Amino acid sequence: MNILVCVKQVPDTTIIKIDPVTNTLVRDGVPSILNPFDSYAMEAAARIKDNDPDTKIVIVSMGPTQAEAVVRECLAVGGDSGYLVSDRAFGGSDTLATSYIIACAIKKIEEIEGKFDMIFCGKQAIDGDTAQVGCEIAEHLDLPQVTYGLTCEAEADRLKVYKEIDGGQQVVGVKYPCLITFTKPAFDMRYPSVKSKLAARKKEITTLTVDAFPDIDRGCIGLKGSPTRVKKTFVPPVKQGGVVIKEETDAESAVKLVSLLDEANII
Amino acid sequence: MEVKSKDLWVFVETNEDGTAKNVGIELLGPGRELADGQGGKLCALIVGCGVQAAIDDANAHGADVIYVIDGEEYKDYTTDAYALAVCHALDTYGPTTMLFGATPNGRDLGPRVSCRLNTGLTADCTRLSIDEESGNVAWTRPAFGGNLMATILCPDHRPQLGTVRPGVFKKPEETEGKAEIINIDFHVAADQIRTQILEVLMEEGGELVDLEGADIIVAGGRGVGGPEGFAPLKELCEVLGATLGASRAAVDSGWITHSHQVGQTGKTVGPKLYIACGISGAIQHAAGIGGSDCIIAINKDPEANIFQLADYGIVGDLFEVVPKLTEEIKKLKGL
Repeated sequence: MNILVCVKQVPDTTIIKIDPVTNTLVRDGVPSILNPFDSYAMEAAARIKDNDPDTKIVIVSMGPTQAEAVVRECLAVGGDSGYLVSDRAFGGSDTLATSYIIACAIKKIEEIEGKFDMIFCGKQAIDGDTAQVGCEIAEHLDLPQVTYGLTCEAEADRLKVYKEIDGGQQVVGVKYPCLITFTKPAFDMRYPSVKSKLAARKKEITTLTVDAFPDIDRGCIGLKGSPTRVKKTFVPPVKQGGVVIKEETDAESAVKLVSLLDEANII
Repeated sequence: MEVKSKDLWVFVETNEDGTAKNVGIELLGPGRELADGQGGKLCALIVGCGVQAAIDDANAHGADVIYVIDGEEYKDYTTDAYALAVCHALDTYGPTTMLFGATPNGRDLGPRVSCRLNTGLTADCTRLSIDEESGNVAWTRPAFGGNLMATILCPDHRPQLGTVRPGVFKKPEETEGKAEIINIDFHVAADQIRTQILEVLMEEGGELVDLEGADIIVAGGRGVGGPEGFAPLKELCEVLGATLGASRAAVDSGWITHSHQVGQTGKTVGPKLYIACGISGAIQHAAGIGGSDCIIAINKDPEANIFQLADYGIVGDLFEVVPKLTEEIKKLKGL
């Protein structure tokens, strides 16, 4: 099997803070990490390779030079080769332009690595949270997709995807080639060994700039190629005026709350 | 896509039994304002199999026109069949704007449609308005884990598309329905559907956890301490007729399944009453409960962020407070 895993480097939004004075995001000192959902996609690929050692896993990321770090992180846990799609011309791309660029890159990478049976993505990145790029890559490449994947089993002629649904899982069969987006399963991405980490450090990551794609439509990339525009950003307003109840005992607090709720006709 | 009208469409997602998902009906509320704002009709698009119940529902909640694509192949949602059907309808009638519910299927479908039509899609919106300057829809959504809100425009491409979170808007008032019903005869061949549902595995005791449609939610976080700590919350759920929710911390600890998770990476909810027990109220959780009418927080830590979101807060031990609440509410309801 030949698998491509698409990954993104993101700021760790769980520790991002808002500057109370300027009301803007404080990004200084916030570490950049491998998007957690992409790590689940990577682990799903690594598990297929565990069962079938002939599997090849290729990693691709789009972003600035430092995004190499997340490609290398994946090379240390099962990735065989890595690509970074990086060019100033790609800056300002929205999801449609981004997915177009990545789709162009995938076609290019397939010339080198062979056709991919499966393309794995995280269901969304935790910075933008759009959950669009994976599906849009599938659309650009005319591939079937399964979203919200938890785990999967590679059979000879089809992939079985265990997809998260309310209250359980749906088992979906899809023929190769296909694109799957992954959500959080019951396990995390494996840790690299010292040896695999060292090996990953030595691997070369190929950078693909806009010149690598002679056929790319330059009107469809970057800010110019993006149908959506950010008009403004702002910090969500904080709710005011809540009632805090702190009676002598917790039981008394509970009684007080129920009487308040009853008065306000809430229960 | 060629624009043929100033209409606004709402994709009304259906369940397997042909009823409408709540969010589709909810969106007829803001949909009306936007349709009026852009000078067009409010239209629903219903795709499914045997969808009379959904048609009636959309009709009773203010749609001017209801487009229907009905067929066996739409009984279960598949990306391929639905994307073909929706794109066919949009190509045929050319509305200016379309809203989708940001359900798992809506988020699966929206990007396929926007990409096929080469237009913009704004995901997971929580506020909608018309941009006064340009007349475009102004789509407002949380980003960076809910730390920041962004307002997005799609100025030069049509249709303007967005997915909108369930529970943010209330269903509009029922009206005497007088919608025009237009059936679109469009079918998808079996070989055009490239995915196949092989099996559905429900969790043990696998009732559907319908947080998005819940009127009352009782949710537990790190403070419940373990899987058994949810027991008093379940009892409170029972007396209130509430649905059990959880924070990411509780789900990540393996105390409860992800289908109960509320927040940025779980469900966004809009109940009448949300009771947060032992939940610190991280911004990611806050992002999921903003649509609640009334929030109650119970937490030991008076500094917990959840108290800033709450209408009523009790600083105390949830294992003392929650059973007492259950007891008092039982009394009140004469149970």
